[in-house]
Amino acid sequence: MAEATPPKHSARDVTTEGPVVRVVLIAIALAFAALVLILPLIVVFTEAFDGGLGTYFASLSQPDARSAIRLTLIVAAISVPANVVFGLAASWAIAKFEFWGKSFLTTLIDLPFSVSPVISGLVYVLLFGAQGIFGGWLDAHDIDIIFALPGIILATIFVTFPFVARELIPLMQEQGTEEEEAAVSLGASGWKTFLFVTLPNVKWALLYGVLLCNARAMGEFGAVSVVSGKIRGMTNTMPLQVEILYNEYNSTAAFALASLLALLALLTLALKTVLEWRFGDRITGANGH
Amino acid sequence: MTRAIFPALKRPSAIPGFGLALGFTLTYLSLIVLIPLAALVLRSAALGPAEFWQLVTSPRTLNALRVSFVCSLIAASINVVFGFVMAWVLVRYRFPGRRFVDAVVDLPFALPTAVAGIALTALYSRNGWIGSLIEPNGIRIAYTQAGIVVALTFIGLPFAVRTVQPVLEDIRRDLEEAAATLGASRAQTFLRVILPALVPAILTGFALALARAIGEYGSVIFIAGGRRDTEFAPLLIITRLEEFNYSAATAIGVAMLVISFIILLTINLIQAWSRRRFGSG
Repeated sequence: MAEATPPKHSARDVTTEGPVVRVVLIAIALAFAALVLILPLIVVFTEAFDGGLGTYFASLSQPDARSAIRLTLIVAAISVPANVVFGLAASWAIAKFEFWGKSFLTTLIDLPFSVSPVISGLVYVLLFGAQGIFGGWLDAHDIDIIFALPGIILATIFVTFPFVARELIPLMQEQGTEEEEAAVSLGASGWKTFLFVTLPNVKWALLYGVLLCNARAMGEFGAVSVVSGKIRGMTNTMPLQVEILYNEYNSTAAFALASLLALLALLTLALKTVLEWRFGDRITGANGH
Repeated sequence: MTRAIFPALKRPSAIPGFGLALGFTLTYLSLIVLIPLAALVLRSAALGPAEFWQLVTSPRTLNALRVSFVCSLIAASINVVFGFVMAWVLVRYRFPGRRFVDAVVDLPFALPTAVAGIALTALYSRNGWIGSLIEPNGIRIAYTQAGIVVALTFIGLPFAVRTVQPVLEDIRRDLEEAAATLGASRAQTFLRVILPALVPAILTGFALALARAIGEYGSVIFIAGGRRDTEFAPLLIITRLEEFNYSAATAIGVAMLVISFIILLTINLIQAWSRRRFGSG
Protein backbone atom coordinates (compact mmCIF):
# COMPACT_ATOMS: atom_id res chain seq x y z
CA MET A 1 0.00 0.00 0.00
CA ALA A 2 1.24 3.44 -0.85
CA GLU A 3 0.53 4.92 2.55
CA ALA A 4 2.49 2.22 4.38
CA THR A 5 5.83 3.40 3.02
CA PRO A 6 6.72 6.93 3.95
CA PRO A 7 8.47 8.93 1.23
CA LYS A 8 12.19 8.22 1.24
CA HIS A 9 13.15 11.86 1.07
CA SER A 10 10.97 13.80 3.41
CA ALA A 11 10.62 17.53 2.92
CA ARG A 12 13.94 19.33 3.43
CA ASP A 13 14.73 19.82 7.11
CA VAL A 14 14.18 23.54 7.71
CA THR A 15 16.45 23.64 10.74
CA THR A 16 19.63 22.91 8.88
CA GLU A 17 21.55 24.28 5.93
CA GLY A 18 21.85 23.02 2.40
CA PRO A 19 24.43 20.28 1.70
CA VAL A 20 26.92 22.65 0.06
CA VAL A 21 26.95 25.05 3.01
CA ARG A 22 27.31 22.14 5.38
CA VAL A 23 30.27 20.63 3.54
CA VAL A 24 31.99 24.01 3.27
CA LEU A 25 31.56 24.74 6.98
CA ILE A 26 32.79 21.29 7.98
CA ALA A 27 35.78 21.73 5.67
CA ILE A 28 36.62 25.11 7.21
CA ALA A 29 36.35 23.73 10.75
CA LEU A 30 38.49 20.68 9.96
CA ALA A 31 41.10 22.73 8.12
CA PHE A 32 41.34 25.22 10.96
CA ALA A 33 41.59 22.43 13.56
CA ALA A 34 44.29 20.72 11.51
CA LEU A 35 46.30 23.91 11.02
CA VAL A 36 46.02 25.35 14.53
CA LEU A 37 45.73 22.27 16.75
CA ILE A 38 46.95 19.10 15.04
CA LEU A 39 49.96 20.33 13.07
CA PRO A 40 51.85 21.73 16.10
CA LEU A 41 51.24 18.44 17.90
CA ILE A 42 52.62 16.39 15.01
CA VAL A 43 55.68 18.63 14.75
CA VAL A 44 56.56 17.94 18.39
CA PHE A 45 56.86 14.22 17.68
CA THR A 46 58.51 14.41 14.27
CA GLU A 47 61.16 16.79 15.63
CA ALA A 48 61.64 14.63 18.72
CA PHE A 49 62.34 11.53 16.64
CA ASP A 50 64.37 13.47 14.06
CA GLY A 51 67.60 11.81 15.14
CA GLY A 52 66.10 8.35 15.57
CA LEU A 53 65.09 6.39 18.64
CA GLY A 54 68.63 6.17 20.01
CA THR A 55 69.08 9.94 20.11
CA TYR A 56 65.59 10.30 21.55
CA PHE A 57 66.26 8.09 24.55
CA ALA A 58 69.78 9.44 24.94
CA SER A 59 68.39 12.99 25.26
CA LEU A 60 65.87 11.85 27.83
CA SER A 61 68.46 10.12 29.96
CA GLN A 62 70.77 13.15 30.16
CA PRO A 63 71.34 14.02 33.86
CA ASP A 64 69.82 17.51 33.37
CA ALA A 65 66.75 16.08 31.66
CA ARG A 66 66.29 13.48 34.38
CA SER A 67 66.66 16.06 37.11
CA ALA A 68 64.10 18.27 35.34
CA ILE A 69 61.65 15.34 35.15
CA ARG A 70 62.23 14.58 38.83
CA LEU A 71 61.68 18.23 39.82
CA THR A 72 58.48 18.47 37.79
CA LEU A 73 57.13 15.32 39.49
CA ILE A 74 58.03 16.67 42.95
CA VAL A 75 56.38 20.03 42.25
CA ALA A 76 53.18 18.37 41.01
CA ALA A 77 53.18 15.89 43.90
CA ILE A 78 53.11 18.77 46.38
CA SER A 79 51.03 21.43 44.64
CA VAL A 80 48.21 19.19 43.37
CA PRO A 81 47.35 17.65 46.78
CA ALA A 82 47.56 21.13 48.36
CA ASN A 83 44.96 22.40 45.92
CA VAL A 84 42.82 19.29 46.41
CA VAL A 85 42.62 19.93 50.15
CA PHE A 86 41.83 23.56 49.46
CA GLY A 87 39.24 22.68 46.81
CA LEU A 88 37.45 20.28 49.16
CA ALA A 89 37.42 22.77 52.04
CA ALA A 90 36.28 25.66 49.84
CA SER A 91 33.52 23.68 48.14
CA TRP A 92 32.30 22.28 51.48
CA ALA A 93 32.04 25.81 52.92
CA ILE A 94 30.54 27.37 49.78
CA ALA A 95 28.17 24.61 48.67
CA LYS A 96 26.85 23.33 51.99
CA PHE A 97 26.32 26.62 53.84
CA GLU A 98 24.67 29.98 53.28
CA PHE A 99 26.77 32.89 54.46
CA TRP A 100 27.40 36.53 53.73
CA GLY A 101 29.97 37.29 51.02
CA LYS A 102 29.74 33.87 49.40
CA SER A 103 29.62 34.98 45.77
CA PHE A 104 32.49 37.40 46.38
CA LEU A 105 34.54 34.51 47.80
CA THR A 106 33.77 32.44 44.69
CA THR A 107 35.02 35.29 42.50
CA LEU A 108 38.24 35.56 44.54
CA ILE A 109 38.90 31.83 44.08
CA ASP A 110 38.83 32.29 40.29
CA LEU A 111 41.19 35.28 40.50
CA PRO A 112 44.43 33.42 39.59
CA PHE A 113 42.92 32.50 36.20
CA SER A 114 42.71 36.15 35.22
CA VAL A 115 46.26 36.99 36.27
CA SER A 116 49.12 36.64 33.80
CA PRO A 117 51.43 33.73 34.72
CA VAL A 118 54.34 36.14 34.71
CA ILE A 119 52.60 38.27 37.35
CA SER A 120 51.90 35.10 39.37
CA GLY A 121 55.64 34.64 39.62
CA LEU A 122 56.40 38.34 40.06
CA VAL A 123 54.27 38.65 43.21
CA TYR A 124 56.40 36.03 44.99
CA VAL A 125 59.61 37.70 43.88
CA LEU A 126 58.30 40.95 45.40
CA LEU A 127 57.59 39.10 48.67
CA PHE A 128 60.54 36.74 48.99
CA GLY A 129 63.15 37.91 46.46
CA ALA A 130 66.46 39.53 47.43
CA GLN A 131 64.88 43.00 47.27
CA GLY A 132 61.49 41.74 48.38
CA ILE A 133 59.54 42.53 51.55
CA PHE A 134 60.82 39.48 53.44
CA GLY A 135 64.04 39.22 51.42
CA GLY A 136 66.36 40.56 54.13
CA TRP A 137 64.87 38.40 56.86
CA LEU A 138 65.01 35.25 54.70
CA ASP A 139 68.61 36.00 53.75
CA ALA A 140 69.59 36.49 57.41
CA HIS A 141 68.05 33.12 58.28
CA ASP A 142 69.51 31.39 55.24
CA ILE A 143 66.14 30.37 53.81
CA ASP A 144 65.86 30.14 50.03
CA ILE A 145 62.44 30.58 48.49
CA ILE A 146 63.05 32.38 45.22
CA PHE A 147 65.39 30.54 42.82
CA ALA A 148 64.67 27.40 44.85
CA LEU A 149 62.04 24.66 45.24
CA PRO A 150 59.65 26.53 47.60
CA GLY A 151 59.24 29.39 45.15
CA ILE A 152 58.55 27.02 42.25
CA ILE A 153 55.94 25.22 44.33
CA LEU A 154 54.29 28.46 45.48
CA ALA A 155 54.06 29.80 41.92
CA THR A 156 52.65 26.47 40.70
CA ILE A 157 50.04 26.40 43.47
CA PHE A 158 49.06 29.95 42.53
CA VAL A 159 48.43 29.23 38.85
CA THR A 160 46.60 25.93 39.53
CA PHE A 161 44.71 27.32 42.51
CA PRO A 162 41.11 27.33 41.13
CA PHE A 163 41.11 24.04 39.17
CA VAL A 164 39.75 21.62 41.80
CA ALA A 165 37.51 24.10 43.61
CA ARG A 166 35.77 25.30 40.45
CA GLU A 167 34.88 21.71 39.43
CA LEU A 168 33.54 20.82 42.87
CA ILE A 169 31.61 23.98 43.86
CA PRO A 170 28.85 23.91 41.18
CA LEU A 171 28.34 20.15 41.50
CA MET A 172 28.15 20.19 45.30
CA GLN A 173 25.80 23.17 45.15
CA GLU A 174 23.51 21.25 42.85
CA GLN A 175 23.59 18.16 45.07
CA GLY A 176 22.31 20.24 47.96
CA THR A 177 22.55 19.38 51.66
CA GLU A 178 19.80 16.79 52.15
CA GLU A 179 22.04 13.73 52.17
CA GLU A 180 24.49 15.33 54.59
CA GLU A 181 21.65 16.46 56.86
CA ALA A 182 20.23 12.92 56.86
CA ALA A 183 23.65 11.47 57.75
CA VAL A 184 24.19 13.97 60.56
CA SER A 185 20.68 13.45 61.96
CA LEU A 186 21.35 9.69 62.03
CA GLY A 187 24.36 10.37 64.23
CA ALA A 188 27.26 10.46 61.79
CA SER A 189 30.10 12.81 62.68
CA GLY A 190 31.11 15.63 60.34
CA TRP A 191 34.17 13.73 59.08
CA LYS A 192 32.18 10.53 58.54
CA THR A 193 29.52 12.47 56.64
CA PHE A 194 32.19 14.04 54.48
CA LEU A 195 34.07 10.80 53.80
CA PHE A 196 31.11 8.46 53.22
CA VAL A 197 28.41 10.76 51.85
CA THR A 198 29.88 13.85 50.21
CA LEU A 199 33.16 12.47 48.82
CA PRO A 200 31.61 9.50 46.92
CA ASN A 201 29.13 11.92 45.35
CA VAL A 202 31.85 14.15 43.93
CA LYS A 203 34.64 11.63 43.23
CA TRP A 204 34.48 11.86 39.43
CA ALA A 205 34.39 15.64 39.45
CA LEU A 206 37.31 15.58 41.88
CA LEU A 207 39.29 13.30 39.57
CA TYR A 208 38.44 15.60 36.65
CA GLY A 209 39.71 18.61 38.58
CA VAL A 210 42.86 16.78 39.66
CA LEU A 211 43.56 15.83 36.05
CA LEU A 212 43.36 19.43 34.80
CA CYS A 213 45.24 20.73 37.83
CA ASN A 214 48.05 18.22 37.31
CA ALA A 215 48.40 18.98 33.59
CA ARG A 216 48.81 22.66 34.32
CA ALA A 217 51.11 22.06 37.32
CA MET A 218 53.50 19.95 35.25
CA GLY A 219 53.35 22.25 32.24
CA GLU A 220 53.45 25.68 33.85
CA PHE A 221 56.11 27.85 32.28
CA GLY A 222 55.64 31.61 32.78
CA ALA A 223 55.19 31.73 36.55
CA VAL A 224 57.86 29.13 37.23
CA SER A 225 60.24 30.81 34.82
CA VAL A 226 60.15 34.00 36.96
CA VAL A 227 60.87 32.32 40.30
CA SER A 228 63.14 29.45 39.27
CA GLY A 229 66.40 31.17 38.38
CA LYS A 230 66.88 28.34 35.84
CA ILE A 231 69.80 26.65 37.56
CA ARG A 232 70.61 23.57 35.48
CA GLY A 233 70.07 20.29 37.23
CA MET A 234 68.70 22.17 40.25
CA THR A 235 65.71 24.44 39.64
CA ASN A 236 64.81 23.60 36.04
CA THR A 237 61.42 21.99 35.61
CA MET A 238 60.68 20.15 32.35
CA PRO A 239 59.23 23.17 30.50
CA LEU A 240 62.19 25.32 31.58
CA GLN A 241 64.67 22.66 30.47
CA VAL A 242 62.84 22.56 27.12
CA GLU A 243 63.40 26.31 26.78
CA ILE A 244 67.10 26.09 27.66
CA LEU A 245 67.75 23.24 25.22
CA TYR A 246 65.83 25.02 22.48
CA ASN A 247 67.73 28.28 22.98
CA GLU A 248 70.99 26.33 22.80
CA TYR A 249 69.92 25.12 19.34
CA ASN A 250 69.68 21.61 20.74
CA SER A 251 66.32 21.26 19.05
CA THR A 252 66.07 17.47 19.04
CA ALA A 253 66.71 17.22 22.79
CA ALA A 254 64.25 20.05 23.45
CA PHE A 255 61.55 18.31 21.44
CA ALA A 256 62.31 14.95 23.05
CA LEU A 257 61.57 16.40 26.46
CA ALA A 258 58.64 18.35 25.01
CA SER A 259 57.22 15.11 23.59
CA LEU A 260 56.89 13.74 27.14
CA LEU A 261 54.86 16.83 28.07
CA ALA A 262 52.81 16.45 24.89
CA LEU A 263 52.12 12.80 25.82
CA LEU A 264 50.97 13.98 29.23
CA ALA A 265 48.64 16.45 27.50
CA LEU A 266 47.24 13.73 25.22
CA LEU A 267 46.75 11.39 28.17
CA THR A 268 44.99 14.17 30.06
CA LEU A 269 42.71 14.87 27.10
CA ALA A 270 41.91 11.18 26.63
CA LEU A 271 41.07 10.62 30.30
CA LYS A 272 39.08 13.84 30.39
CA THR A 273 37.06 12.77 27.35
CA VAL A 274 36.41 9.32 28.85
CA LEU A 275 35.28 10.90 32.13
CA GLU A 276 32.95 13.24 30.24
CA TRP A 277 31.40 10.36 28.29
CA ARG A 278 31.02 7.95 31.17
CA PHE A 279 30.24 10.28 34.06
CA GLY A 280 29.23 13.55 32.38
CA ASP A 281 26.21 14.05 34.63
CA ARG A 282 28.26 13.33 37.74
CA ILE A 283 30.96 15.85 36.77
CA THR A 284 28.99 18.87 35.70
CA GLY A 285 25.70 18.02 37.42
CA ALA A 286 22.48 16.84 35.79
CA ASN A 287 21.96 20.13 33.99
CA GLY A 288 25.39 20.18 32.40
CA HIS A 289 26.01 18.85 28.95
CA MET B 1 25.86 40.72 70.95
CA THR B 2 27.58 38.12 68.79
CA ARG B 3 24.37 36.07 68.73
CA ALA B 4 22.57 39.04 67.32
CA ILE B 5 25.06 39.55 64.51
CA PHE B 6 25.93 35.97 63.73
CA PRO B 7 22.62 34.78 62.20
CA ALA B 8 22.84 37.68 59.78
CA LEU B 9 26.21 36.48 58.51
CA LYS B 10 25.50 32.75 58.31
CA ARG B 11 22.24 30.87 58.08
CA PRO B 12 22.02 28.14 60.79
CA SER B 13 22.72 24.62 59.51
CA ALA B 14 22.69 21.11 60.93
CA ILE B 15 25.88 20.22 59.04
CA PRO B 16 29.10 20.68 61.01
CA GLY B 17 32.50 21.86 59.83
CA PHE B 18 31.65 25.33 58.59
CA GLY B 19 34.19 27.11 60.77
CA LEU B 20 37.03 24.75 59.89
CA ALA B 21 36.28 24.68 56.14
CA LEU B 22 35.80 28.42 55.77
CA GLY B 23 38.72 29.20 58.09
CA PHE B 24 41.05 27.00 56.06
CA THR B 25 39.72 28.38 52.77
CA LEU B 26 40.23 31.99 53.81
CA THR B 27 43.69 31.36 55.27
CA TYR B 28 44.91 29.47 52.20
CA LEU B 29 43.36 31.99 49.82
CA SER B 30 44.99 34.87 51.70
CA LEU B 31 48.43 33.27 51.90
CA ILE B 32 48.63 32.06 48.31
CA VAL B 33 46.66 34.66 46.37
CA LEU B 34 45.53 37.75 48.26
CA ILE B 35 48.65 38.72 50.23
CA PRO B 36 51.01 38.21 47.26
CA LEU B 37 48.74 40.27 44.99
CA ALA B 38 48.49 42.91 47.72
CA ALA B 39 52.30 43.01 47.80
CA LEU B 40 52.27 43.90 44.11
CA VAL B 41 49.75 46.70 44.62
CA LEU B 42 51.57 48.01 47.73
CA ARG B 43 54.90 47.99 45.96
CA SER B 44 53.49 50.05 43.10
CA ALA B 45 51.73 52.39 45.54
CA ALA B 46 55.10 52.99 47.21
CA LEU B 47 56.41 54.28 43.89
CA GLY B 48 54.16 57.33 44.08
CA PRO B 49 51.84 58.42 41.29
CA ALA B 50 54.41 60.48 39.37
CA GLU B 51 57.02 57.73 39.15
CA PHE B 52 54.39 55.06 38.47
CA TRP B 53 52.97 57.10 35.59
CA GLN B 54 56.41 57.78 34.20
CA LEU B 55 57.26 54.03 34.25
CA VAL B 56 53.98 52.98 32.65
CA THR B 57 54.10 55.63 29.92
CA SER B 58 57.73 55.16 28.97
CA PRO B 59 57.93 54.50 25.20
CA ARG B 60 59.22 50.96 25.64
CA THR B 61 56.47 50.00 28.10
CA LEU B 62 53.76 51.60 26.00
CA ASN B 63 55.05 49.77 22.96
CA ALA B 64 55.06 46.42 24.78
CA LEU B 65 51.52 46.98 26.09
CA ARG B 66 50.41 47.97 22.60
CA VAL B 67 51.96 44.87 21.01
CA SER B 68 50.27 42.64 23.62
CA PHE B 69 46.92 44.34 23.31
CA VAL B 70 46.74 44.64 19.50
CA CYS B 71 47.99 41.09 18.84
CA SER B 72 45.55 39.75 21.46
CA LEU B 73 42.67 41.66 19.87
CA ILE B 74 43.47 40.25 16.43
CA ALA B 75 43.89 36.71 17.77
CA ALA B 76 40.64 36.89 19.77
CA SER B 77 38.81 38.13 16.65
CA ILE B 78 40.17 35.23 14.57
CA ASN B 79 39.12 32.88 17.36
CA VAL B 80 35.60 34.26 17.50
CA VAL B 81 35.06 33.68 13.77
CA PHE B 82 36.63 30.23 13.47
CA GLY B 83 35.61 29.20 16.98
CA PHE B 84 32.02 29.91 16.02
CA VAL B 85 32.27 27.82 12.87
CA MET B 86 33.82 24.99 14.89
CA ALA B 87 31.17 25.17 17.62
CA TRP B 88 28.43 25.26 14.97
CA VAL B 89 29.80 22.29 13.06
CA LEU B 90 30.39 20.27 16.24
CA VAL B 91 26.87 20.86 17.55
CA ARG B 92 24.80 20.82 14.37
CA TYR B 93 26.42 18.35 11.97
CA ARG B 94 27.46 14.72 12.12
CA PHE B 95 30.65 13.81 10.30
CA PRO B 96 33.51 11.32 10.72
CA GLY B 97 36.01 12.49 13.31
CA ARG B 98 33.58 14.83 15.02
CA ARG B 99 34.24 13.45 18.51
CA PHE B 100 37.98 13.55 17.91
CA VAL B 101 37.86 17.21 16.88
CA ASP B 102 35.62 17.93 19.86
CA ALA B 103 38.21 16.43 22.23
CA VAL B 104 41.17 18.08 20.50
CA VAL B 105 39.66 21.56 20.92
CA ASP B 106 40.88 21.44 24.53
CA LEU B 107 44.47 20.71 23.49
CA PRO B 108 45.64 24.29 24.16
CA PHE B 109 44.40 23.91 27.75
CA ALA B 110 46.33 20.68 28.21
CA LEU B 111 49.50 21.24 26.19
CA PRO B 112 52.19 23.12 28.15
CA THR B 113 52.64 26.56 26.66
CA ALA B 114 56.39 26.13 26.15
CA VAL B 115 55.75 23.01 24.06
CA ALA B 116 53.21 24.88 21.93
CA GLY B 117 55.69 27.72 21.62
CA ILE B 118 58.59 25.69 20.24
CA ALA B 119 56.27 23.63 18.02
CA LEU B 120 54.75 26.73 16.42
CA THR B 121 58.18 28.28 15.98
CA ALA B 122 59.44 25.11 14.29
CA LEU B 123 56.41 25.14 11.98
CA TYR B 124 56.62 28.78 10.93
CA SER B 125 60.39 29.38 10.88
CA ARG B 126 62.20 29.48 7.54
CA ASN B 127 62.90 25.73 7.49
CA GLY B 128 59.57 24.70 8.95
CA TRP B 129 56.69 23.02 7.13
CA ILE B 130 54.68 26.20 6.83
CA GLY B 131 57.54 28.70 6.88
CA SER B 132 59.25 27.04 3.92
CA LEU B 133 56.02 27.41 1.94
CA ILE B 134 55.31 31.05 2.70
CA GLU B 135 58.70 32.70 3.15
CA PRO B 136 59.67 32.37 -0.54
CA ASN B 137 56.47 34.33 -1.23
CA GLY B 138 57.64 37.12 1.02
CA ILE B 139 55.42 36.32 4.00
CA ARG B 140 57.20 36.07 7.32
CA ILE B 141 55.39 34.86 10.39
CA ALA B 142 58.05 33.60 12.80
CA TYR B 143 59.81 36.40 14.72
CA THR B 144 57.20 38.99 13.67
CA GLN B 145 54.01 40.27 15.27
CA ALA B 146 52.11 37.89 12.99
CA GLY B 147 53.86 35.07 14.83
CA ILE B 148 52.59 36.43 18.14
CA VAL B 149 49.07 36.42 16.68
CA VAL B 150 49.50 32.78 15.58
CA ALA B 151 50.54 31.70 19.10
CA LEU B 152 47.73 33.67 20.75
CA THR B 153 45.20 32.18 18.34
CA PHE B 154 46.30 28.70 19.44
CA ILE B 155 45.99 29.65 23.12
CA GLY B 156 42.58 31.32 22.85
CA LEU B 157 40.71 28.92 20.56
CA PRO B 158 39.12 26.70 23.26
CA PHE B 159 37.58 29.73 24.99
CA ALA B 160 35.81 30.81 21.79
CA VAL B 161 34.51 27.29 21.07
CA ARG B 162 33.58 26.21 24.59
CA THR B 163 31.55 29.30 25.47
CA VAL B 164 29.39 29.12 22.32
CA GLN B 165 28.97 25.32 22.19
CA PRO B 166 26.67 24.74 25.22
CA VAL B 167 24.47 27.73 24.36
CA LEU B 168 24.11 26.47 20.81
CA GLU B 169 23.14 23.03 22.13
CA ASP B 170 20.37 24.58 24.21
CA ILE B 171 18.82 26.66 21.43
CA ARG B 172 15.25 25.52 20.85
CA ARG B 173 14.86 24.04 17.38
CA ASP B 174 11.13 24.80 17.35
CA LEU B 175 11.93 28.51 17.16
CA GLU B 176 13.82 27.85 13.93
CA GLU B 177 10.93 25.77 12.64
CA ALA B 178 8.53 28.57 13.53
CA ALA B 179 10.70 31.09 11.70
CA ALA B 180 10.82 28.82 8.62
CA THR B 181 7.05 28.27 8.78
CA LEU B 182 6.52 32.01 8.85
CA GLY B 183 8.47 32.26 5.61
CA ALA B 184 11.96 33.21 6.78
CA SER B 185 14.84 32.01 4.65
CA ARG B 186 17.57 30.00 6.39
CA ALA B 187 19.85 33.04 6.33
CA GLN B 188 17.16 35.21 7.89
CA THR B 189 16.49 32.61 10.58
CA PHE B 190 20.20 32.48 11.33
CA LEU B 191 20.67 36.23 11.50
CA ARG B 192 17.45 37.12 13.29
CA VAL B 193 16.73 34.09 15.50
CA ILE B 194 19.88 32.10 16.17
CA LEU B 195 22.63 34.72 16.19
CA PRO B 196 21.01 37.16 18.65
CA ALA B 197 20.69 34.35 21.21
CA LEU B 198 24.39 33.55 20.79
CA VAL B 199 25.74 37.10 20.99
CA PRO B 200 26.37 37.08 24.78
CA ALA B 201 28.24 33.75 24.53
CA ILE B 202 30.26 34.97 21.56
CA LEU B 203 31.22 38.18 23.39
CA THR B 204 32.13 36.23 26.53
CA GLY B 205 34.31 33.89 24.48
CA PHE B 206 35.99 36.88 22.86
CA ALA B 207 36.67 38.52 26.22
CA LEU B 208 38.02 35.30 27.77
CA ALA B 209 40.31 34.66 24.79
CA LEU B 210 41.47 38.28 24.94
CA ALA B 211 42.16 38.14 28.68
CA ARG B 212 44.12 34.93 28.34
CA ALA B 213 46.08 36.24 25.35
CA ILE B 214 47.16 39.49 27.00
CA GLY B 215 48.83 37.67 29.87
CA GLU B 216 50.23 34.80 27.81
CA TYR B 217 53.97 34.23 27.88
CA GLY B 218 55.13 30.66 27.23
CA SER B 219 53.69 30.05 23.79
CA VAL B 220 54.62 33.54 22.54
CA ILE B 221 58.19 33.95 23.74
CA PHE B 222 59.73 31.56 21.20
CA ILE B 223 57.90 32.68 18.07
CA ALA B 224 58.24 36.38 18.99
CA GLY B 225 62.03 36.18 18.98
CA GLY B 226 64.04 38.72 20.90
CA ARG B 227 63.37 41.76 18.74
CA ARG B 228 62.29 45.16 20.03
CA ASP B 229 59.24 45.43 17.75
CA THR B 230 57.92 42.06 18.99
CA GLU B 231 58.52 42.81 22.67
CA PHE B 232 55.24 42.08 24.45
CA ALA B 233 54.23 43.09 27.97
CA PRO B 234 54.88 39.86 29.93
CA LEU B 235 58.31 39.58 28.27
CA LEU B 236 59.17 43.14 29.29
CA ILE B 237 58.25 42.29 32.91
CA ILE B 238 60.72 39.39 32.80
CA THR B 239 63.38 41.56 31.18
CA ARG B 240 62.97 44.22 33.90
CA LEU B 241 63.14 41.56 36.61
CA GLU B 242 66.36 40.20 35.16
CA GLU B 243 67.75 43.74 35.33
CA PHE B 244 66.61 43.81 39.00
CA ASN B 245 64.44 46.77 38.06
CA TYR B 246 61.59 45.72 40.35
CA SER B 247 59.88 49.12 40.14
CA ALA B 248 59.42 48.94 36.38
CA ALA B 249 58.34 45.27 36.54
CA THR B 250 55.80 46.15 39.22
CA ALA B 251 54.41 49.11 37.29
CA ILE B 252 53.89 47.05 34.12
CA GLY B 253 52.40 44.24 36.21
CA VAL B 254 49.86 46.58 37.78
CA ALA B 255 48.98 48.09 34.39
CA MET B 256 48.32 44.56 33.10
CA LEU B 257 46.26 43.68 36.19
CA VAL B 258 44.10 46.75 35.57
CA ILE B 259 43.55 45.68 31.95
CA SER B 260 42.57 42.14 33.04
CA PHE B 261 40.14 43.47 35.63
CA ILE B 262 38.47 45.72 33.07
CA ILE B 263 38.03 42.67 30.82
CA LEU B 264 36.75 40.56 33.75
CA LEU B 265 34.27 43.29 34.66
CA THR B 266 33.12 43.46 31.04
CA ILE B 267 32.50 39.69 31.03
CA ASN B 268 30.38 40.01 34.18
CA LEU B 269 28.42 42.88 32.63
CA ILE B 270 27.82 40.87 29.44
CA GLN B 271 26.53 37.95 31.49
CA ALA B 272 24.28 40.15 33.61
CA TRP B 273 22.91 41.73 30.44
CA SER B 274 22.39 38.31 28.88
CA ARG B 275 20.50 37.06 31.94
CA ARG B 276 18.23 40.09 31.81
CA ARG B 277 17.62 39.65 28.12
CA PHE B 278 17.35 35.90 27.74
CA GLY B 279 16.25 34.81 31.17
CA SER B 280 19.33 32.72 31.91
CA GLY B 281 23.04 33.05 31.19
